[in-house]
Amino acid sequence: MLHIKCPHCGMRSQNEFSYGGDATVKRPELGEEISDHDWDNFVYNRKSLRGRHWELWQHLSGCRQWIKVERDTATHEIFKTLKANEDIS
Amino acid sequence: MTQSFRLETGGLINRDKTISFKFNGKNYFGYEGDTLASALIANGVHLIGRSFKYHRPRGFFGAGVDEPYAIVQLYRNGETEPNIKATEQELFEGLEAKSVNCWPSVNFDVGAINNFLKIFLPAGFYYKTFMWPKSFWYKIYEPFIRKAAGLGTASIKHDKERYEHKYEYCDLLITGSGPSGLASAYSAAKNGAKVILAEDKSRFGGTLLTSDVNIGNQSGKEWADSIVSELKEMSNVTIKNRSQVFGYYDHNMLVMSERISDHLPKTKKYHPKQRLWYIRAKEVLISSGSIERPIVFGNNDTPGVMLSSAAKEYMKVYGVLVGKKPLVFTNNDSGYETAIEFKKNGVDPIILDTRKEPQSEIIEEAKNMNIDIKNSYVVVAAQGYKKVKSADIAKISDDKEELGSVENIKCDCICVSGFWTPTIHLASQSGNKTKFNEEIDAFVPGTSKQNEKTLGAANGIYTLEETLKDSFEKGNQLSKEITNNDNKVSFPNVVEKKSTVHDKFWCVPLPKGKNYKRFLDFQNDVAVSDIEIALKEGYRSIEHVKRYTTLGMATDQGKTSNLNGLQLVSKIENKVVPAVGHTTFRPPYSPVSIGAIVGREVGKHSKPTRKSPMHSWHEKNNAVFVDAGVWLRPRYYKRGDENLFEASKREAKNVRTNVGVCDVTTLGKIDIKGPDAAELLNRVYTNAWLKLPVGKARYGVMLREDGIVMDDGTTTRISENHYHMTTTTAQAANVLSHLEYYLQLVWPELNVNVVSTTEQWAGAAIAGPKSREVLKKLFPNSDVTNEGLPFMGYMEGDLFGVKAKIFRISFSGELAYEVNVESDYGYFMWEKIIEAGEEFGIQPYGTEALSTLRIEMGHVAGSELDGRTIPYDNSLEGLISKKKDFIGKRSLSRKAFAAEDRQKIVGVVPLDKKTSIPEGSHLVKDSNAPLPNPKLGYISASCWSVEHDNPFSLAILKDGKNMIGEKLFVMSPLKNKVIPVEIVSSHYVDPKGERVRS
Repeated sequence: MLHIKCPHCGMRSQNEFSYGGDATVKRPELGEEISDHDWDNFVYNRKSLRGRHWELWQHLSGCRQWIKVERDTATHEIFKTLKANEDIS
Repeated sequence: MTQSFRLETGGLINRDKTISFKFNGKNYFGYEGDTLASALIANGVHLIGRSFKYHRPRGFFGAGVDEPYAIVQLYRNGETEPNIKATEQELFEGLEAKSVNCWPSVNFDVGAINNFLKIFLPAGFYYKTFMWPKSFWYKIYEPFIRKAAGLGTASIKHDKERYEHKYEYCDLLITGSGPSGLASAYSAAKNGAKVILAEDKSRFGGTLLTSDVNIGNQSGKEWADSIVSELKEMSNVTIKNRSQVFGYYDHNMLVMSERISDHLPKTKKYHPKQRLWYIRAKEVLISSGSIERPIVFGNNDTPGVMLSSAAKEYMKVYGVLVGKKPLVFTNNDSGYETAIEFKKNGVDPIILDTRKEPQSEIIEEAKNMNIDIKNSYVVVAAQGYKKVKSADIAKISDDKEELGSVENIKCDCICVSGFWTPTIHLASQSGNKTKFNEEIDAFVPGTSKQNEKTLGAANGIYTLEETLKDSFEKGNQLSKEITNNDNKVSFPNVVEKKSTVHDKFWCVPLPKGKNYKRFLDFQNDVAVSDIEIALKEGYRSIEHVKRYTTLGMATDQGKTSNLNGLQLVSKIENKVVPAVGHTTFRPPYSPVSIGAIVGREVGKHSKPTRKSPMHSWHEKNNAVFVDAGVWLRPRYYKRGDENLFEASKREAKNVRTNVGVCDVTTLGKIDIKGPDAAELLNRVYTNAWLKLPVGKARYGVMLREDGIVMDDGTTTRISENHYHMTTTTAQAANVLSHLEYYLQLVWPELNVNVVSTTEQWAGAAIAGPKSREVLKKLFPNSDVTNEGLPFMGYMEGDLFGVKAKIFRISFSGELAYEVNVESDYGYFMWEKIIEAGEEFGIQPYGTEALSTLRIEMGHVAGSELDGRTIPYDNSLEGLISKKKDFIGKRSLSRKAFAAEDRQKIVGVVPLDKKTSIPEGSHLVKDSNAPLPNPKLGYISASCWSVEHDNPFSLAILKDGKNMIGEKLFVMSPLKNKVIPVEIVSSHYVDPKGERVRS
């Protein structure tokens, strides 16, 4: 079970969180003209990376904040966690 | 009451307390502190079971967790448990155990015929033989093989015992209480670190209990006892016996099973049987020691052949002799320690040492005691069927290839020592890449992956002095970094006998003309010849060889067999052991009961139960409940002998003609506040929300980004910047997360807050033509006329002193209201509604009537919004705004979603107006068409229309728009039904929606 540092609450067990997928995906602006291809990429296509990966988690049974977590998908090592409004550097 | 193999004195057992027990129906006794194994050996019982494949007789091989043979079916306090190791099970009064894997009895076992057929049962036998005909596998081959080759039998009774889970944090977790565990725990504890010390066995001390050493002028055991008693007094130390740390998981989380009651005749009141600990440790010190490995020779599975360290442990801990004419077969000095112990107890052992001229302190001592030592000697084969009777021995050449002439000597046990294998399981599970240590001929932990260090014998360090030094230091150093204290512990004076190098010899060659079975894996009956076959057949990877031959795959997970297996593969392949590599170590280290893993989450406790504040009223009024997610909701209220169908019809009809009341507390409720609340709703819902006036409710549909309907519900504008959203019961949690996602990550610029208020409000739906009359009585001071509170209107009211929210919304399609009060007043509200409604014939209605009412109205719910439909499919396309963008809108223009003949919701009525249509049935054009019959759609929900008094269903049908009036067939192969039906509008009742506005 992972140990995730919520930027708001501190170290918490994985079972307090739910996983939210790739954190680098950016939703197109409302009303933006967008091709079928680009829209499909946004909705469906995700990379399944081996290695460092920025992903979203929600601290569901805690502060309910969505957070960004940089995790190695192969080793589960967590390098950094950020608040929702902090940019991935 | 004599125990022929019990020593007069000695051991750590309590001879003042005898314990009686039963094995295979026969009565025996032992002493407090015995294991089932030690008590049986004391009574001269050496035959305990039959082997897995060949049904060969099985005795005892070890004295603890590594035991591959002595597996029994245990009976305790009316319960039974399979696959218990007799070497681990502590004796208690009234214990009963039986052999497994033998029929009709352990002494006469029919399956032993396999032993004579063994030429036909080589590696991969089952794969090769039972391939054909394929249809025979499930019905004939598999059940037979399972019956023939099973171990114990699991109970099918409900387990009455309680198992608990516990979460714990510590600075240092130390796994094992041998010299390294005690030393490191002690120095870490002295620095004030929070320490958990776990010991698998009932006694602390590990090898200190059996080795002849001296620490600080005390015996090993005395030193261990003094350290343990000091640790027990320290508030920063948790010290647990009977506790096995069996798994090392991510981020330094380890799991430990504590056997609290297994050693007692009966679990004490309020005590659990076992407890599973989830421990998050800052640092882990692995002090799990090492396991002696066998030397492979002919018939080396005969009862009476056992590890030499086990023989010593039976003498020193239990005061039990494993034999009276022992042969010690060794390639290192450890065998000598066992032989010396025999000699001290008045038994004359013979030592066969594979080495030519070894010299050390220990060997010197054995010589001085006049022990018969034969150098360059090996055991070629054990003789005897149910117990060793003699051994064929021979001299072996210096290159270990040639055997001299074979002689036979009498003996009743063969104690084998093939040197020591570090227990590296936990280190390996943590991700540590192990490395091969040439000196000890075994794998040891390499570079730490997580915060783990391995100490002592587990790290391949076999001298006590070095072990203690390293362990004191590591304990001090790691705790110092955490607590900033540096209380050095003075290092005690250690006296131990020096030993010399071991002989890297592990397998005795076969003498000419003999074809003895030489076993590697004792529990799964894997012999040298099986591995040879696997390699001949082309298996190369050790992982494949393992699976093909089942080497190391039994319940002992190859604790005594893996390394010899690797030696063999590398020898045949002409490789070195590290090049072959070892198979992956996976948790659990040793079997854990399913009960401990499940813990308290059984039966009703497997999930929480949510009840509305009106629950007890429903109970008192004969409600029959149904699970709705984790909620319990009344399905119907039973009157007299009514069944579900009759009751729900009555309740639904009463709504259509008079008035009914339904508990809708379970609906999800989300409170939305902030200046941008309207903007949020406008982006989340498909329809327009910016112009909703205060005091009005609106129905909305929200989509996922892929265009699929996520949820529907009504949202009411309570005040300028305050909205009250409702969701379906099932989607409440998901919708809240969905809103939070967009507010926190996508549109953080929106100034809005959302919070769940599902549990803060109790809700009652009052529905039916007479509902307004009820409302008038409930709120005499409010204007609830059609003008004062029109359809989709909202007002606040005073319910006999309780503040209430009144929504004029309808799911049933009738004139209807939903009243919400704070949860604590829910019961009060409900009673008042029933009281006020009495004169109008009010009846409570459950979820079944609720479904009937919505289905015949064509209102969609979970069975249509099932994660596969878009708004059009549900005839909700009128709610899609053309003017604004919203979540998922772009997806709706995808080709398939815009297709002309897209599926759509329709109504379905059987032509005979009698036959009920099973939900999930398929709609087809021709019921006699050849298979696969093209499916046009499916029945999503069915009811008995109370308005028309005939069955009615909703269906999602291809080109549903143009299918109204068509005659099709409903097919349910599951229920073997073919029903001719007519497709009608999904709005079967009041299609113009006049009633809700009346």
